[in-house]
Amino acid sequence: MELVEAIILAVLAASTPLLIAGTGELVTERSGVLNLGVEGMMIVGAACGFAGAWLTGSIFIGALFGIVAGTLMSLIFALMALGLAVNQVATGLALTILGVGLSGLIGAGFVGERITPAIHLAIPGLTDMPLIGRVLFGEDAFVYFSIALVIGVWWFLYRTRAGLILRACGDNHVSAHALGYPVLRIRTFAVMFGGACAGLAGAYLPLAYTPFFIPGMTAGRGWIALALVVFSSWRPGRLVVGAYLFGAVTILQLHAQGWGVGIPSQFMSALPYLATVIVLVLLSRARTGGSTAPAALGTVFVPDR
Amino acid sequence: MRKSLLALAAGLLLAGSVSAASAADKLKVGFIYLGPIGDLGWTYQHDLARQALVKELGDKIETTYLENVPEGPDAERSIEQLVRAGNKLIFTTSFGYMDPTLKVAKKYPNVHFEHATGYKRNPNMSTYSAKWWQGRYIQGLIAAKMSKSGVLGYIGSFPIPEVVSGINATILAAQTINPNIKVKIIWANTWFDPGKEADAAKALIDQGADVIMQHTDSPAAMQIASERGKLAFGQDSEMIKFGPKTQLTSILDTWGPYYIERVKAELAGTWKSEDSWGGLDSHMFAMAPYTNMPDDVKKIAEDAQAAITAGKLHPFKCPIVGQDGKPVECKGGDHLDDGQILGMNFYVKGIDDKLPGK
Repeated sequence: MELVEAIILAVLAASTPLLIAGTGELVTERSGVLNLGVEGMMIVGAACGFAGAWLTGSIFIGALFGIVAGTLMSLIFALMALGLAVNQVATGLALTILGVGLSGLIGAGFVGERITPAIHLAIPGLTDMPLIGRVLFGEDAFVYFSIALVIGVWWFLYRTRAGLILRACGDNHVSAHALGYPVLRIRTFAVMFGGACAGLAGAYLPLAYTPFFIPGMTAGRGWIALALVVFSSWRPGRLVVGAYLFGAVTILQLHAQGWGVGIPSQFMSALPYLATVIVLVLLSRARTGGSTAPAALGTVFVPDR
Repeated sequence: MRKSLLALAAGLLLAGSVSAASAADKLKVGFIYLGPIGDLGWTYQHDLARQALVKELGDKIETTYLENVPEGPDAERSIEQLVRAGNKLIFTTSFGYMDPTLKVAKKYPNVHFEHATGYKRNPNMSTYSAKWWQGRYIQGLIAAKMSKSGVLGYIGSFPIPEVVSGINATILAAQTINPNIKVKIIWANTWFDPGKEADAAKALIDQGADVIMQHTDSPAAMQIASERGKLAFGQDSEMIKFGPKTQLTSILDTWGPYYIERVKAELAGTWKSEDSWGGLDSHMFAMAPYTNMPDDVKKIAEDAQAAITAGKLHPFKCPIVGQDGKPVECKGGDHLDDGQILGMNFYVKGIDDKLPGK
């Protein structure tokens, strides 16, 4: 029983950065913008988040630093891809390259330093319950926030007028523009939201997951978050499934190796990717006519003024 | 893709200096790094060695490094970049640079190359590596002494001979202390992913391991062991900062003396292609201080270190029995020969797991 609890805890921790970054990118893409710079925004968020926490001694301020850093990075993207109508794919890739370098520069002075990681919730009585106690009542704030975030985004996209307008921009920017909606402004906000989430997801790594900063510590998680958005067919619910499934298979394959099940480790390491892709593709096949890619995703929009 | 700003900036500088054709008669020495110099592990140690080199011979040489150079075709371009910038001696510091280095070496016979941990050589390309398995043997002794559960946790990067020989050396040593010692092995299939390394450490501890050993590059596993009140060994560099009450020792890559020796040879015009595989008797690696263990365990470790250094103890002393129960052919007299260790692709008896790909 203790082992099951330990596995669930590890799964939640491993999935949280993917879920946060993925949720942000989902909103960005729903507005019609493809920002491939998630990895770059994440790693800068990680460096700044750690710097913030180390300088102030507060995980909360560290997280804020991460959010601000991610947002600033996304503003560079918005300026290029929306303001100057530069190709979004190229801009996003450039943002990642910039981010990886910039984070190394920012974090150089902090390598080797340690901080006290984010505290975990502890409610006497509840947290001590077997199996589910620590899973439900013993997480750090990032985990609870990520769940609130994805619910909030779902509510925003499907239950509010603003969400509808944002989706309209993503599906047909010409029509949205003709109806008088400020497409570029809306997209800029969506890009900024994506940046803020990526920055927070990055900050989660040195603030809660492994409480130190090392250049390159995101190790491709931004790309996985990007892929999850595509395979979730741009729906928050499926993104949750995808992120937790990916985390679960990642952790379970490590445990399976420890138990010595005798399946080649190379295959085991590929398993999270395989399983997530297969399940999410099956999910979207099961509901034909469901949501597919935002029609205007990745296309440049220059309003005729 | 993952080239850092610094690397790009260095590239630009290099491109600039080619046209400038500086007449400086300092020897130019180049380095290709796999990770960022701040990785606190593999690349960090190589860069410490480069700094030691500059300190020693700074008035005669000029060093340049490119970090975050991916293994593969991109490496070839980066190595060539260093050649064109006038570097006469180039260190390529990861196994995956082997073929790219060889290719560039054949193209530029007047430039000398030093490739770490590989086995392909050329008249102008040397190889160098360290017998880390000697250090792993000492760690195995300590681990068996310190483990209460009798279960060791081992995080591997990739199932290549360098890592497999480390696992075997560990378990052979541990068996001399506790014949029933168990080892759980998790392959991360990456050299560097702090999150995944931490997850692997958590999984091993959750499954009962109480001494964690790693052959991946970040201090994440050390940090997790420290958080959980277990013990661990560092890797490549001093990691005691991440586990002041956790680190037992660490195998420290100390390339400095070798780099200085080779550059001196280059300066003197006596450089020639060689294969250096240094053990504890050389300066290729060192053991971090033995900490967080009682004096008797410390003594066992120190005695073993002295015996290995003096050549009196060989970690792969025959007879060695493979997982299949059959004794392994003993090509080196009373121990396995270097070739067998360099190509080790089997587990010894006592490891319950299956070697991936076998």
